[in-house]
Amino acid sequence: MTNLPDPLNTQHRYIPNAGEDVREMLAVVGVDSIDRLFDSIPADVKLDRLLDVPGPWSEIESRRWFRALAARNVTAVDHISFLGGGAYAHYQPACIDQLLLRAEFLTSYTPYQPEVSQGTLQSIFEYQTHQCMLTGLDVANASMYDGSTALVEAVLLAERLTKNRTKVVVAKSVHPEYISTLRTYIQNLGIEVVEVPWGADGRIDTEALRQACDANTFAVAVQSPNFLGVIEDYDSIAEVANGAGATKIAVVAEATSFGILTPPGSHGFDICVGEGQAWGVATQYGGPYVGFMVVRDALKRHMPGRLVGETVDVDGKRAYVLTLATREQHIRRGKATSNICTNEALIALAANMYLSLMGKEGLREVGEQCLHKAAYLRQRLSAIASVVLPFGGPVYNEFVIRTPFAAKEILADLEHSKILGGLPLGDFYEGHENDILLAVTELHTKEQLDQLVAAFSAAISRERR
Amino acid sequence: MSESNETTPQNREGLIFEHSKKGRRGYRLPALDVPEQNDALPQSLLRGEISDEVEVSEVDVIRHFTRLSKMNVSIDAGLYPLGSCTMKHNPRLNEEIARVPGFALSHPLQAEHQVQGNLELLWNLEQTLKEIFGLPRVTLQPVAGAHGELTGILMVHKALAKTGNARKYILIPDSAHGTNPASAHFAGYEIKELKSNARGVVDIDVLAQAVTEDVAALMITVPNTLGVFESDIRKMADILHAKGAYLYCDGANLNSFVGVARPGDMGIDVIHSNLHKTFSTPHGGGGPGAGPVGVSQALVPYLPTPTIERREDGTFYLDDSHPDSIGRVRAFNGNFGVLVRALTYMRSMGPDGMRRIAQLAVLNANYIRARLKGAYHLPYDAPSLHEVVFSDKNQLPHDVHTLDIAKRLMDYGFHPPTIYFPLIVAGALMIEPTESEPKEELDAFCDAMLAIAKEVEERPELVRSAPHTTPVRRLDEARAARQPVLRWTKK
Repeated sequence: MTNLPDPLNTQHRYIPNAGEDVREMLAVVGVDSIDRLFDSIPADVKLDRLLDVPGPWSEIESRRWFRALAARNVTAVDHISFLGGGAYAHYQPACIDQLLLRAEFLTSYTPYQPEVSQGTLQSIFEYQTHQCMLTGLDVANASMYDGSTALVEAVLLAERLTKNRTKVVVAKSVHPEYISTLRTYIQNLGIEVVEVPWGADGRIDTEALRQACDANTFAVAVQSPNFLGVIEDYDSIAEVANGAGATKIAVVAEATSFGILTPPGSHGFDICVGEGQAWGVATQYGGPYVGFMVVRDALKRHMPGRLVGETVDVDGKRAYVLTLATREQHIRRGKATSNICTNEALIALAANMYLSLMGKEGLREVGEQCLHKAAYLRQRLSAIASVVLPFGGPVYNEFVIRTPFAAKEILADLEHSKILGGLPLGDFYEGHENDILLAVTELHTKEQLDQLVAAFSAAISRERR
Repeated sequence: MSESNETTPQNREGLIFEHSKKGRRGYRLPALDVPEQNDALPQSLLRGEISDEVEVSEVDVIRHFTRLSKMNVSIDAGLYPLGSCTMKHNPRLNEEIARVPGFALSHPLQAEHQVQGNLELLWNLEQTLKEIFGLPRVTLQPVAGAHGELTGILMVHKALAKTGNARKYILIPDSAHGTNPASAHFAGYEIKELKSNARGVVDIDVLAQAVTEDVAALMITVPNTLGVFESDIRKMADILHAKGAYLYCDGANLNSFVGVARPGDMGIDVIHSNLHKTFSTPHGGGGPGAGPVGVSQALVPYLPTPTIERREDGTFYLDDSHPDSIGRVRAFNGNFGVLVRALTYMRSMGPDGMRRIAQLAVLNANYIRARLKGAYHLPYDAPSLHEVVFSDKNQLPHDVHTLDIAKRLMDYGFHPPTIYFPLIVAGALMIEPTESEPKEELDAFCDAMLAIAKEVEERPELVRSAPHTTPVRRLDEARAARQPVLRWTKK
């Protein structure tokens, strides 16, 4: 490999050792070159050239290339956006990102050694407490990857609770990508997923739910607000699920809704899972976000993922530690409750900071502003001739409108006015090509809402012509 | 070394809930500028106030989290030699790039023409990973190593099922990470464990015997968790392939051979790479990560959807049209923010830098091995690459165990190595320094380890009762599990 650069003489800003240091270290190790350290890799699998990849770039070159790419995106940077569907732009308090950049949070790892990780452990304990308060349930874990995989883990947990039941009943109005993810995960596990349609008001069709639930059903999963923005009636769903002896799973994809909506724990649900992105995390094209899982106390030893508990040290001082680890893969291996190891700790920390800053009053106020602004926009849009609201059920900050025209045509028209006008529902459900799903948050001003109404009105008139 | 445990404000920070005072505010929103609709929702759907939720000011929050942070050690403060975790330097350019508003404010469900920049970025990352792996396609969807493992084994299952028999078993060496058997289980397989031989590697004859018509794949970590490269890797691949089985590589240890050798050239069919390890994205106290998976040609049809494709005109699109795909493994487009950071790092390194990562990671680990050998027992003396595994055998006569050594290291200012793993070594101390460490830091760490070895002989009680200088001392972990207190409640 003599044609390759000599590591003794090259330098890289992220790799301090070179030259004399390397020579001294080789002498201590007792070999005459770095290459000798790789003798255990057979020559016939070694690369006899450098990788064919771009670089090395300076910071200046990297900034130039990456910023140019970012500039090619059409985003909420200079457009008014009404995109939701499981990812929402909410207020992000300035101090959160500053605190997240503290090296002690950013560049540490899973708190395996509690004596030097109390900061992370205590924060997770606080995060778990917030989750319990918001959902009305008893025990929360340290985080899941995201809302979709949190749903999967909830279904797998519920399956373990019963013997010989193989069916999970899922509302069709659960986020379609969550359902796809669930189907992927369970494909070899002998679990059947049955989807139940929504009724005329956009809530789950309770009669169809009753039909679907039987003695083989181990769980019922619904999302509220659902993918159409409609708030489900937890009580009637719980009643049907109880009749079948099924575990009740609530999915919440818009986590700010906890600020004002009555939580699933108050309606007898056993598990609440969902997506915590709405707690001030950037939409950033889909991740990293933070999945959450909260359960009834009786289920805690069946939980996937990390749990932090309170204890004391040898001096009797209160402290925090990873606990109930015998559920986990590093101890239980093939019989663990989940394969999850690395989770979304830093985003859970951000969520803890957000929930603490907003606090009791702020969580309510965000919820109310979302509710009232969405109600205002919904009412104004529905006043436009030929725009209808296909679903009459109650909504929080997201809703569907229908026009006589293709949603994509309208959205393309709005984009000319620098408005990202929502999601074409036809991308998710056949037969809904004229429907648009819009999300409103506390970031929208009345002026922006009025601007959308005017642009929408104009777009409809142009379609008529 | 100080033995005292002075109580400072930094190590008795109360819970955020204990800072709460009625009426305090940490935020302000603009006043509501639309008419309030009192009947917007029926009362039955509305909750009352969230009892006991916190009321604190911004000052309270900043003080609280700053104080909490001071109770953590981190890679920025010094060597963090957690074996198998690859705690390397996290360049801050990567943080800056991920926060560029055009990336950070893009929405996962935007139309393709609006996110051409994101798609081009992801496409470029796939090209670079393809070259690093020596494999024809890579999915960027999995968000952690274990997530990648599940994705990979699901693909193997589907490919085999396509031939009419998905088979029954996954072979996994006894030195493997716990995620391997857990992932294989959730992909629908039973696990057969392979015993490592006296050198700590998989015996080729043992493997040949174990590979029956019922075996779907071997999941192997290369180099293994002892840091030892399986020199027979090509032969292993041949044995598996001859029986129609697949070779899965846990790429957790890619840092030791990136740019030096390529998984595809070793006959590996599937590999995941933990981008938070080899490609420097910050570990964040336990995540987020990313676990892209590379596959051989035979497995390409089974990749998760959507894939990212380039048209002839240079535009990019998401392709859902793969009828044999296992489906999506997560909503949206993976941990995009982590992927941006990893590609930024790859571009900073370039071709020679990439190889230099492996070279210096391996030299640093072997330097520690050479300096500590003798003082600490080396249970397997086969040449190791990026990490070295010692045991507490030399210290046991003094009734000092691995846990004690780990705790004592904290008093010297270092995070302990991974301990009691791999399971095939009793009392394992698994040390991985990475290429980030300058010689002075390696020397300081070795000096500390040698000083502890001496303390074990002269003052074993000092080591047994460590740590002495940390914000808290040893914890009653049994109590935490016996009477679980998993949330704060108002007294």
